[in-house]
Amino acid sequence: MTYGLPLEWIVAVRFLYEGRLQTLFIVVGISIGVAVIVFMSAMLAGLENNILKRVLTTQAQIQVIAPDQVARALRGKGEDMEDATVQRPSQRVALIDQWQSLVRSLRAEPGITFVSPTTTGSALAVRGEASRSITLIGVEPETYFHIVKIPDYVVAGDARLTSESILVGVELAKDLGVRVGDKINVTAASGDQRVLTMTGLLDFGNKGANQRSTYVALRTAQSVMGMIGGVTSLDINLYDIYAAEVMAQSIMASHRVVAESWIKTNAQFFSAIQAQKATNTLIRLFVGLSVAFGIAAVLVVSVIQRSKEIGILRAMGTTRGQIIRLFLLQGGLLGFAGSMVGAALGAGGLFYWHSVARQSDGSELFPLMLELQLFVYTAILATLTGLLAAMAPALRAAKLDPVVAIRG
Amino acid sequence: MADHLLRLEQISKVYNAGEPSQTEVLHGIDLVLDEGEFVAIMGPSGSGKSTLLNIIGLLDRPTSGRLLIGGKDTGLLDDAALTRLRGESIGFVFQYHHLISAFTALENVMMPMVVERGFPDRQCEARARHLVERVGLAKVADHLATNMSGGQQQRIALARALVMTPRILLADEPTGNLDTQSADDVFALMREVNTKSRTCFIIVTHNKTMAERCDRIIEVVDGRIHEP
Repeated sequence: MTYGLPLEWIVAVRFLYEGRLQTLFIVVGISIGVAVIVFMSAMLAGLENNILKRVLTTQAQIQVIAPDQVARALRGKGEDMEDATVQRPSQRVALIDQWQSLVRSLRAEPGITFVSPTTTGSALAVRGEASRSITLIGVEPETYFHIVKIPDYVVAGDARLTSESILVGVELAKDLGVRVGDKINVTAASGDQRVLTMTGLLDFGNKGANQRSTYVALRTAQSVMGMIGGVTSLDINLYDIYAAEVMAQSIMASHRVVAESWIKTNAQFFSAIQAQKATNTLIRLFVGLSVAFGIAAVLVVSVIQRSKEIGILRAMGTTRGQIIRLFLLQGGLLGFAGSMVGAALGAGGLFYWHSVARQSDGSELFPLMLELQLFVYTAILATLTGLLAAMAPALRAAKLDPVVAIRG
Repeated sequence: MADHLLRLEQISKVYNAGEPSQTEVLHGIDLVLDEGEFVAIMGPSGSGKSTLLNIIGLLDRPTSGRLLIGGKDTGLLDDAALTRLRGESIGFVFQYHHLISAFTALENVMMPMVVERGFPDRQCEARARHLVERVGLAKVADHLATNMSGGQQQRIALARALVMTPRILLADEPTGNLDTQSADDVFALMREVNTKSRTCFIIVTHNKTMAERCDRIIEVVDGRIHEP
């Protein structure tokens, strides 16, 4: 016996050691449960992260635009309507009113990390005989590049934006036959022309984007499209991506603008993530329950097997409280040991699956995300489950009448 | 008048009181025992010997009557105080030794001290080792309880019962499960402790020869005491 170690610890560990086959089986059972939870949680977190990354690295979490123009029915004298049908007006490119003060006010909001003004419009890129319609996106690199990481998509040249430069997608560059350093003639719908130098080649991994998206400095876009000083949208990123919809609603409530969150514009994808999270929670719950019942079953059997020994301990002066703690400890120790082995198994399984599960292009199916937090939470949860599961057997043991227990 | 070590006044025990299966096991038992006594309790099966022993050992409470240990009325103590008094004053030896199989002989002997202190220390081990030597089992001190013969286990059980230096030692058929030689050894050991430490021994037995070697024989018949 180790000097100074409390009686309950000594007896709990010895009981578990003596019934080692039983202990081994239940620890293996708990480990499998914990491994499933660790594996599932880490893999789903990785998948979710991966998908989110794909969605949110090419778009802002919230986009603020000017409200649509609305035609109102013309009213005659009194409340009579002159026209029964109202046709929706065609929407010209709308600029955001007083955008500078709106940007200042949004930047002061807690929860918002970046606000970037953008001017977007259609234009024609012409070079020699070739001409292609493009989306000209004018941005402030110092803020916009924090929202959409354009430099990450640069495959040639760099992402530096001067008033004369333009960044072009690989498909468009191929169609126009341009390379970094070449000139491109950009013509706006109004007929205004500007010759820009291609300084960077971008590959978004998406053919549509590579064909149409071009990036220029904000002032360049404003001048080409005749929107001097105006912006068509404000791109916003947040600390908590899942707070986007609430924040968008709050922006709309306090300003005369339309704010669209990524949650709304990707509703299907968002509900898929939510469904995946709910499934994961259910799996955790049921695995947790089966682990709890497993521990409880083993300890109930142990109480029955050891009733004489419990009776002797009680006859020697062990209190009911000590007997309760003795069994709670066994439950807690089983849960803890199972969580340690299970976490290792889960992590091992995840490494293996990560190495064999590949996408069709050979890239990883999900990023390997093993956070210490997950292991700590799982260990705490499994230990608590063990303690709770041991409650009923512990109370049963404490209620044993020593006389009846000893007599058997 | 000095207090007696143990005093039973009109002790009765009724099981399932108020139900059709009501059974009165002990009927108004009066008994006085003092330090250093070596008493045998005899009687046929079902006569109430074990119930009497459980009540004296504070493992069970009487339905009526008073039990005084060292002048202290145990009926006035709550469960926790009773458990403490049991741990301090009373040692038990059972027919089937009931050693805890997960522990070695030495650790089993240490156990009552560990229970009292809450944790083991050097003193517990020294005292237990001394008692294991005293019962002649120093060689098997570190063997698991399950790896010893019946006689050895019963001697270890006796050492365990003595480790807290109890004033009363209750033995329920301590040699009932042993061969003659082992039974003699255990009995001799109890006698030696009784003489040297003045511990009061109360031994329940069916063995007439053994009972006759005790100082006093109390017979329990149908829940009543007869002293020859």
